[in-house]
Amino acid sequence: MVAIENVSKFYGEVLGVNKVNLVIPPGITSLVGPNGSGKTTLMNMLAGLLQPTRGSIVVHGLSPKDPERYFRTVGYATQYDGFPSGLTGWQFVHCYLRLFGYSPADTERLAWEAIERTGLREAAERKIAGYSKGMRQRIKLAQAIAHRPQVLILDEPLNGLDPLARAETIALFRQLGAEGSHVIISSHILHEVDLISDHVIMMSQGYVVAEGQIKGVRDEILDQPMQVLIRCDRPKYLASRLFDHEQVVEAKVHADGAGLLVRTRHAEGFYKLLNHIALTGITIESVAPADDDAQSVYEYLIGSEESTK
Amino acid sequence: MSPATTNRNRQILAIVRIDLAKTFFSRRGLWIYLLALSPALPMVGHWLFARGDNNHQLGDDINVFANIFQFFYLRIAIFFGCVGIFMNLIRGEMLDKSLHYYMLAPVRREVLVAGKFVSGLVASIAIFCGAVVVQWVGMFAHYSPELLAGYMGAGNGTSHLISYLTAAALACVGYGAVFLWAGVRYKNPLVPAAVILVWESLNGILPAMLKKLSIIYWLKSICPIALPPPRANGGGVWNLLLFDIDPAPAAMAISNLVLLAAFVVVWAAIRARRLEIGYGTE
Repeated sequence: MVAIENVSKFYGEVLGVNKVNLVIPPGITSLVGPNGSGKTTLMNMLAGLLQPTRGSIVVHGLSPKDPERYFRTVGYATQYDGFPSGLTGWQFVHCYLRLFGYSPADTERLAWEAIERTGLREAAERKIAGYSKGMRQRIKLAQAIAHRPQVLILDEPLNGLDPLARAETIALFRQLGAEGSHVIISSHILHEVDLISDHVIMMSQGYVVAEGQIKGVRDEILDQPMQVLIRCDRPKYLASRLFDHEQVVEAKVHADGAGLLVRTRHAEGFYKLLNHIALTGITIESVAPADDDAQSVYEYLIGSEESTK
Repeated sequence: MSPATTNRNRQILAIVRIDLAKTFFSRRGLWIYLLALSPALPMVGHWLFARGDNNHQLGDDINVFANIFQFFYLRIAIFFGCVGIFMNLIRGEMLDKSLHYYMLAPVRREVLVAGKFVSGLVASIAIFCGAVVVQWVGMFAHYSPELLAGYMGAGNGTSHLISYLTAAALACVGYGAVFLWAGVRYKNPLVPAAVILVWESLNGILPAMLKKLSIIYWLKSICPIALPPPRANGGGVWNLLLFDIDPAPAAMAISNLVLLAAFVVVWAAIRARRLEIGYGTE
């Protein structure tokens, strides 16, 4: 279990994060927020690179103050694009793995295993200085997973990856999550957050503004009418039937002409109404929430705050 | 030895291996080799051109070597060489944004500082003591084998060479510890380096008690040839570099320098526990 208890970080007078309380379950958790929201600060504290001004961080019962045990459990790929000069990809992964005290044979085996998992076998003997941005991202990932940590923290790990590498890396995250690891990822690409995450933590201006499964977070945003997309054969007719009812705030025909986008404040009542209308002969192919994705939730919770600055 | 101690020793060895590859084989460190070997160039030239010079006296060369060693090698070459090596061990890696790789390994900060210090010591002692040997050969190899054997065997040659090597090694220990600490403590360690340079340079005009609060005083005590004291009238800036108090016994000088270095490294290790990596993000 990853537990963050009442953690605050101040840089002098400047707020990094404030009063963060989180219990992060196994699986893939995405940390989402605009630049300066405190994501990297929180990740750096989780990884022991920064010390909280107040509060405590515990990972599987261990504190970052006990590095000899803590960093056998935690792996971190930072967003910093710095590497020791002159090393090849293999040397980079191998040399830091030596600090874990494995036997030489195990060190070599684990280094190759991590490099293969990140698809860099062929480039491993080349100098990192000649790597592309995507390759540098992957070698950092290899370094972070080489000691098989149970908790993996990744700051913007998909930046700079081409579509194929991106898909392979997401598959790797899923595999690690399925193996029971905690994979904590920060990202600003919201459609990928939907694709990857079991849980999401949204941050703004140093505070956690929401956490949990995306759908659960959406359900708690009561001040925003829920959007529902109804695919049917006669959207205009359906719209005319819905306008008369108070549950419906807005209804507009979808841009492709084959559906209706409805905003409602009373989802339950609206679905009962829809069942009733369906009996009148209109063919409804599907009914699905249209705003329980990360992008919409982000706009409701953070986009509005950002725009009010 | 407990498993934890064995593991920490292994970690120190691993840190030393990583850092040595960077120190010994990087282009960035080329100027340190040049600095270390800079006195060797005139000495090797001296060897090449003084071979046929019968008016040349061994005693002259012994004094020239002593002057170059004390005025240039200790005060300039090793001082700035240690600035380049030891300050970069921590602060240089912060500038390269690569220090966090050590901090994300299961290594105590104290062990990291110890490993960094040992790697700096191995590199600096190899470079600067190696260069002392090259200088020695350059200065004295042109003498006849009989004279040389007499100086090195029956005379003081061997003990002089050992004293110079000891002084060079202890300069690396003393300055290395101080600059490692400065690299841990200060974001811009060049400022404390400049302060230390001024302090060490002004040592000659400080009261006797304050003279002992320097590294150069103890190093000078290990050097085998006493330089002339400052002149009461005249001498000018030259007097700044001379000492007018008695040197300490060599054993005391060595133990004091080692104790000073140990104290400063422990201080750096304690300070490193609070070291944070942000690299200025967010």
